[in-house]
Amino acid sequence: MERTRFFDKMEQLSTRHLLGIKDLNPNDIELIMATAKEFKEVINRPIKKVPSLRDVTIANVFFENSTRTRLSFELAEKRLSADTINFSASGSSVKKGETLLDTVNNILAMKVDMIVMRHASPGAPHFLSNHIKANIVNAGDGTHEHPTQALLDSFSMQERIGDLAGKKIAIIGDILHSRVALSNIFALKKQGAEVMICGPSTLIPRHITATGVTVSHDVREALAWCDVANVLRIQLERQQIKYFPTLREYSLYFGINKKMLDELDKEIVLMHPGPINRGVELSSDAADSHHSIILDQVENGVAVRMAVLYLLAAQN
Amino acid sequence: MQRKLILSTPLLEITISRICQELIENHQDFANTVILGLQPRGIYFAERIKHELSTILNKELPIGYLDATFYRDDFRRREPLKPNANKVPFIIESKKVILIDDVLATGRMVRAALDAMTAFGRPEKVELCVLIDRIYNRDLPVKADYFGKKVNTLDTEKVLVEWKEQGFLIKWNNSVLVIF
Repeated sequence: MERTRFFDKMEQLSTRHLLGIKDLNPNDIELIMATAKEFKEVINRPIKKVPSLRDVTIANVFFENSTRTRLSFELAEKRLSADTINFSASGSSVKKGETLLDTVNNILAMKVDMIVMRHASPGAPHFLSNHIKANIVNAGDGTHEHPTQALLDSFSMQERIGDLAGKKIAIIGDILHSRVALSNIFALKKQGAEVMICGPSTLIPRHITATGVTVSHDVREALAWCDVANVLRIQLERQQIKYFPTLREYSLYFGINKKMLDELDKEIVLMHPGPINRGVELSSDAADSHHSIILDQVENGVAVRMAVLYLLAAQN
Repeated sequence: MQRKLILSTPLLEITISRICQELIENHQDFANTVILGLQPRGIYFAERIKHELSTILNKELPIGYLDATFYRDDFRRREPLKPNANKVPFIIESKKVILIDDVLATGRMVRAALDAMTAFGRPEKVELCVLIDRIYNRDLPVKADYFGKKVNTLDTEKVLVEWKEQGFLIKWNNSVLVIF
C-alpha cells in the first residue's frame, strides 16, 4: 500500500535529456536554478558530498577537447556520489573507425545510466537520444548548443543582478562559431531578458535576428546599452577561412579593456565562458577587474551541473 | 477527506513547555547543545522549542535548519521531494544535537538526517525530539527521546501539523490533525 505523506513534491523537468536550451520551458529553467542554489550551498560546506546518485553510473563521453566542462561535470558527478567513467576519442577505438552509435551502445552495455557527451558535430546528442535509453546531457555539440554553460551563465547573472526579466544582456565576440552564444540567447529569451549580440559582421550568423535579438557592430554601443556583457572567445580552431584581417585588428575594434569599463557611467557585469584569449577579446586588466565574475561562473558550473544531473536522475 | 483534531492550543502550548522542561533536565544550561530543526516542517516546531527555552534560560540558543532531501534512500524509487535550504550557522563537531521534527513515522527521514548531519561535523550525541510519534508506522529502528503525543495511525492516514507561522488560518491557531 502506498504511504501518504505531506512533503512538497518536487516538480519534474519536462524532458528526459538535456540536449539544448531550445527544448526547455521557462519552468524547467526556474527549477534548475532553484535546485542549483541548494547544491551551491552543498559545495561550499567542509564536506562537499551528498549521496543522492549513489546507484547511478555516468559516462563522460568527450569526442572533443575540454578542460573546464569535463572537470566540472566530473566533479559534479563525484559530489553527487555517482560512479563515473571517462572516455575521450583520442586513444580510443573511434580512431579505428567505430561509429558513434556503436561506441555509445558498447558503453551502455556496461550498464550506464547517463551519458554526458561532447561532440564536434551539431545534433550528435539529438541523434543518440533517438536510439538509446540512457539520459543524455549535451556538453557541447559543435557550433550548436552548450546548454549547461548557458544555465550556469544565467545562474551567475541572477546571483549578481537578480531576476533576468527585462535585463539587458550583450553577447560580444565570435557568435558564428559559438554554441555558448546560441544556448545563451535561448536561455535569456526564455527568462524575459533583452539580448544584443555584437561582433564583426563576418562573425554574426545570418538570420540570427529570428531569435529575437538585436545586432550591433560597435562594442562601445553594446557596453553602454547592457547590464551584463558576456564576452566570447574567438574560436580560431573552427575558422577555416579568414573572418577578419588580424587578431590585433579584432582586438582594437572589439576587444574590451578596463578603461572602456571605467568610462561607462554605470556598473556592468563582465562574463566569459573561458578559455580567455587574454589581450584579444578581453585585456588582462578587464578580466581580473571587479566587474568580472568569470571565476564565479566556474564555481557555479559545478552546482548547476549537479542540479541538471540530479533532476534528470530523479525521473527514473 | 475526513479530518480529526488530535492536539490544539492550549494543550499544544502545555506540551511544548513540558518538552522544554525535559530538555532542560538533560541539558541544563545548553552550554554544549545545539538545536537542529528538520526541513521542511520540523523547523516551525524547532523555533517554538527554541523560543520557549530561550525565555526560560534567558539566553539565545543556537538553532539550525537541516535539509536531508539529498540524503534520502528512496531517490529514483518514488516521486522526488523538493529540496529546501540548509541553514546550519555552526559546526556540530563534539556538540550535543537535539534533532527536531514535527512527525515521526517511518524513521527514514531521521536516518537521512543523521547522514546529512555528518557534513557539519561529528556530534557527541544526537537526541530526537518530535511533536507526534506515529508509533506503529516505523520502518527503521528509530525512537524519539522526547515526544509530544503518541498516536496510533494507519499507513494510509496522514498526520498534519498546522502552525500559524505557516499561514494556516484556522480557528485553533495551531493544531495537529489526523486526516483519513
